[in-house]
Amino acid sequence: MRKKNVLLWLSAALVYLFLYLPLVIVVVFSFNDSKLNAEWVGFTWKWYGKLLHNREMLGAAMNSLIIATVSAGVATILGTLAGMAMSQYRLRLLQLLVLAPIAMPEILMGVSLLVLFILVNMTLGLMSIMLAHITFCIGFVALSVQARMSSMDPALVEAARDLGASPWRCFREITLPLLMPGILAGALMAFTLSIDDFVITFFTAGVGSSTLPLQIYSMVKIAVTPEVNAVSTLLMLLTLVVITAASRLSPTIFRGE
Amino acid sequence: MEITALLEIVDVSRHFDDFVALDKVSLRIEAGEFFTLLGPSGCGKTTLLRLLAGFDQPDGGDILLDDKSIISAPPEQRPLHTIFQNYALFPHMTVAENIGFPLRMAGCAKKDIQARVSEALENVRLPDKARHYPDALSGGQKQRIAIARALVNRPRLLLLDEPLSALDAKLREQMQIELINLQKDIGITFIYVTHDQGEALALSHRIAVMDQGRIVQVDVPERLYGFPNSRFVADFIGKCNLLEGNVREQQGNSVTVELDGLGPVHVCRSETKCVAGSRCALTLRPEKIRIAANVSPTEDESHFSGSVHDMLYLGDVTVYIVALSNGLLLEALLANSASGRTNFFEVGDSVEVAWSCDAGHLVLE
Ligand SMILES: Nc1ncnc2c1ncn2[C@@H]1O[C@H](COP(=O)(O)OP(=O)(O)OP(=O)(O)O)[C@@H](O)[C@H]1O
Ligand SMILES: [Mg+2]
Repeated sequence: MRKKNVLLWLSAALVYLFLYLPLVIVVVFSFNDSKLNAEWVGFTWKWYGKLLHNREMLGAAMNSLIIATVSAGVATILGTLAGMAMSQYRLRLLQLLVLAPIAMPEILMGVSLLVLFILVNMTLGLMSIMLAHITFCIGFVALSVQARMSSMDPALVEAARDLGASPWRCFREITLPLLMPGILAGALMAFTLSIDDFVITFFTAGVGSSTLPLQIYSMVKIAVTPEVNAVSTLLMLLTLVVITAASRLSPTIFRGE
Repeated sequence: MEITALLEIVDVSRHFDDFVALDKVSLRIEAGEFFTLLGPSGCGKTTLLRLLAGFDQPDGGDILLDDKSIISAPPEQRPLHTIFQNYALFPHMTVAENIGFPLRMAGCAKKDIQARVSEALENVRLPDKARHYPDALSGGQKQRIAIARALVNRPRLLLLDEPLSALDAKLREQMQIELINLQKDIGITFIYVTHDQGEALALSHRIAVMDQGRIVQVDVPERLYGFPNSRFVADFIGKCNLLEGNVREQQGNSVTVELDGLGPVHVCRSETKCVAGSRCALTLRPEKIRIAANVSPTEDESHFSGSVHDMLYLGDVTVYIVALSNGLLLEALLANSASGRTNFFEVGDSVEVAWSCDAGHLVLE
């Protein structure tokens, strides 16, 4: 019994090591007082300080934040409506149409969006990136909202109508507050997906509309500098915080429903 | 002119694809009544209630409240409220907010709402629960809050869909008494749905028995129990022995029936119009049957001999299943009275049964 336990722990530890070792290395070297990611020399904050004076990096970060905020906001509204429709009408096709973009290879999404934008003569820039991010974020919000909605007692809505609430008031006073955890969780997920996205952004970005992941990529092409480690660490931290918040709000969507 | 009913349901039908859930249901419900819809599971009780509340639309017929059709009114505009089986309290609102909800929707002033919510909480004897959330309440408390919420803005009609089915037996009985008193005190008309015939008999002024989407009989409890109009009602309401036979002759309200395998019996004070030769069944309630080793029947009584086939000691009474000579099983009750004696007979004992000519009631095909 005891021995089995130890083995289980050991294998679990190996899996986690495999998952997190690369991330740990990045974090560790972001504090390393050396230009090379080779050996530990000493602790320093200077790479983070340097980031603050890197205009390109700050611009990219700003772009990323704007894109993520707007995309998550719009995707949340549309995804909430889609999620409610999905749980109300229970049409298989509806589900499929909303969820397909999630399963679609990102590169395919990226290329098709690029073709579309060129077709309609749209200048590539923040706008095109946002539109692209909205498309792939909607599905995640819809899933989260649908999960929440299916666990809601349909009698509550009827009770509200019965007690004198118009359809709109019923939505505002009953449905919306009860869906809120699902909506917020979906919004936070959309935010992290948008801020981390590389492939689709790569295809739909224009000149001068670089985002953080694109910026990191272009820096890495030369060398993985400690500055890249620092910015990656910050991005990781942000993602971690947001995902933790989302999982607190809506535990069910992280249990694969 | 006929006095108008509070609620009139006229030929209401509801189909789900090919399935007929309600088949031309018509009912008149008077103001102040405690009216019960009783029927087995799936007979369409909830379907009918949902049409009344406005959650669903009928495929035909009309629903009139105070002589005005409410068919096209959305639920929020109908002056009636529903008590749901699982109470449907809003989980994100406190008890006070729940009760205040209908008042707020009606646009009452904040101060009014507060006063009336406290009054409503007093009425259901839960004044200290105002700030609690529904999750923190017991089943019986939730039930009371749901009732308080539905009554706070004085609807014309309260619809209750099996409101007690989630409670345990003891609490259910207590809530039944509370419901009767509440209805008497406030005088609001109740339409109560249940599949529990005992509950229906105990609570209602009038009962409509439903079967497969139809109303089978509408009557006061005593008449429903004493004079069921069909085998279905006789069998569904209380315990009942059904003795099949043929009508031999009828003279006024006195009928002679040839029971299959038992011979002729006399039924007096019959309210059933029957034609000689037609099939019928004599319904006999177990408590109307006399059972003894030697019944020494009076002139008015029919009697048969048999043997005890089975017995069931229930405390206050003992149920005897008597096998008659033709193999028919008859259920009879014997009260375990003050004498202290309980089991009068054993299984296998020879016994006689007798019933008076007005004990049974005839139902036709
Ligand atoms: N939305 C629906 N679609 C299809 N069939 C339905 C629908 N609602 C009800 N039915 C059917 O109509 C019949 C009556 O249902 P209803 O819920 O009114 O029964 P009930 O008398 O309330 O039974 P219970 O005592 O079990 O609650 C059932 O056979 C049910 O399957
Ligand atoms: Mg029902």
